[in-house]
Amino acid sequence: MFPELNNLLNTTPDRAEQGKLTLLCDAKTDGSFLVHHFLSFYLKANCKVCFVALIQSFSHYNIVGQKLGVNLTMARERGQLVFLEGLKSAVDIFFQAQEKPHPLQFLREANAGNLKPLFEFVREALKPVDSGEAGWTYPVLLVDDLSVLLSLGLGAVAVLDFIHYCRATVCWELKGNVVVLVHDSGDVEDEENDILLNGLSHQSHLILRAEGLATGFCRDVHGQLRILWRRPSQSTSQRDQSLTYQYKIQDRSVSFFAKGMSPAVL
Amino acid sequence: MLDSLLALGGLVLLRDSVEWEGRSLLKALVKKSALWLVYHDFFRDPLNWSKTGEALPGGPLGALRAMCNRTDLGPVTIALDSLSWLLLHLPCTTLCQTLHTVSHQDSCPPGDGSPVGKVHVLGLLHEELHGPGPMGALSSLAQTEVTLGGIMGQASARILCRRPRQRPTDQTQWFSILPDFSLDLQEGPSIESQPHSDPHIPPVDPTAHLTFNLHLSKKEREARDNLTLPFQFSSEKQEALLRPRPSQATSHIFYEPDAYDDLDQEDPDDDLDI
Repeated sequence: MFPELNNLLNTTPDRAEQGKLTLLCDAKTDGSFLVHHFLSFYLKANCKVCFVALIQSFSHYNIVGQKLGVNLTMARERGQLVFLEGLKSAVDIFFQAQEKPHPLQFLREANAGNLKPLFEFVREALKPVDSGEAGWTYPVLLVDDLSVLLSLGLGAVAVLDFIHYCRATVCWELKGNVVVLVHDSGDVEDEENDILLNGLSHQSHLILRAEGLATGFCRDVHGQLRILWRRPSQSTSQRDQSLTYQYKIQDRSVSFFAKGMSPAVL
Repeated sequence: MLDSLLALGGLVLLRDSVEWEGRSLLKALVKKSALWLVYHDFFRDPLNWSKTGEALPGGPLGALRAMCNRTDLGPVTIALDSLSWLLLHLPCTTLCQTLHTVSHQDSCPPGDGSPVGKVHVLGLLHEELHGPGPMGALSSLAQTEVTLGGIMGQASARILCRRPRQRPTDQTQWFSILPDFSLDLQEGPSIESQPHSDPHIPPVDPTAHLTFNLHLSKKEREARDNLTLPFQFSSEKQEALLRPRPSQATSHIFYEPDAYDDLDQEDPDDDLDI
């Protein structure tokens, strides 16, 4: 969790909003630092987290999580974190007999299917348990990332439907939050990815967009973060609708500053 | 204009974008027009994944088609949130045909001759999701198109209204939605909030503090104004050219060749080496 980002978003683990869909996207840069931020943020907020990790292994997230002050192994052991390791379990579909449909069942199907098994996995993972264990505050679904599902053969509409169902269950029914990462293809013409990105943008309450600098790579400024709050057009709203900051990623933190105000150039 | 959108029948398209969302305007218009609200909940399970048997047969399209065959009279407003969802899941032609049938019900009265109330269809469409083909098709079906935009936190709606046998009208209305979803029409962004130069700071004179003089005295200015440019075709010049020349001395060239000049007409420059 990066305290400076919490300040920009005007939120803390104790008083985060519930029932929201947050969209993370990156263009010409790596936005995974935002995923690590939200993972540690919600674990510190004592939420039940279901993390669908399709890109990296568990140990990768664990190592970064330890730098940010959370222990994923312990969280998984005590039942706070349900971790679907996509890289490992994708192999299991082919080499192990499955009694019930596997969350990544679509990999076995010849034509582009739907993500109903994955949704059922998420719903099962986050459903409130009535037993007397320590109550978690609210459920959170984190997906890293959705663009890889397009590469694996699913259509953009299938992924949008999956997020729709997740939003209906997690955000509306269980009053939890959903955070997803999508890559923006940018110059490359990728219609399916554009439909996915625009469709999700319309469903989101908050959009965080990490962009590389237009002028290229820089040692002291790693990129630019655009924050867009999608709120109904209210005349009395005091907060800005959209903010832009530049950032530099360090070993254990990320520092944010206004455009052109990097300490290196002042 | 914005509050009387639903007075005309037919399809009203509400086009929004990621930056300027239209759902709250849709809710405000529904609140304004609805006396009695029937809510079809397709949010929780649109594709019938839960298979509980509660879902209406045929999904959202079936529900929409069922509205085509209504037997009760009286005006009705059908609000669709969103048309984009329908357009992504159904073929464009199917959706267009269904919308056309639903929104033109009042032109085909039932057999007993009693008039059917007006049908208004209000659809929310997300502009970035669809290509020009489907957008154009829906646009041509619509009687009214409202495109959302804005400047500096102030939302605006551009209303393009096509009435039969009348010229289309195009208006822009600034508005905001109050927390209770009522519509607040406004004048437009205030002029003071737009950035412009501060009138209290006098403009800087660039000709001051120079090492050379750029100013003209009065005499110099008069002389400059009286100067005629050499290639300017004034009326005096025109007169002079048109008037036939009196015995004006033509110009002569006086040339006295000296001893070394050898005027050879065939080689005047004396550089041919033959």
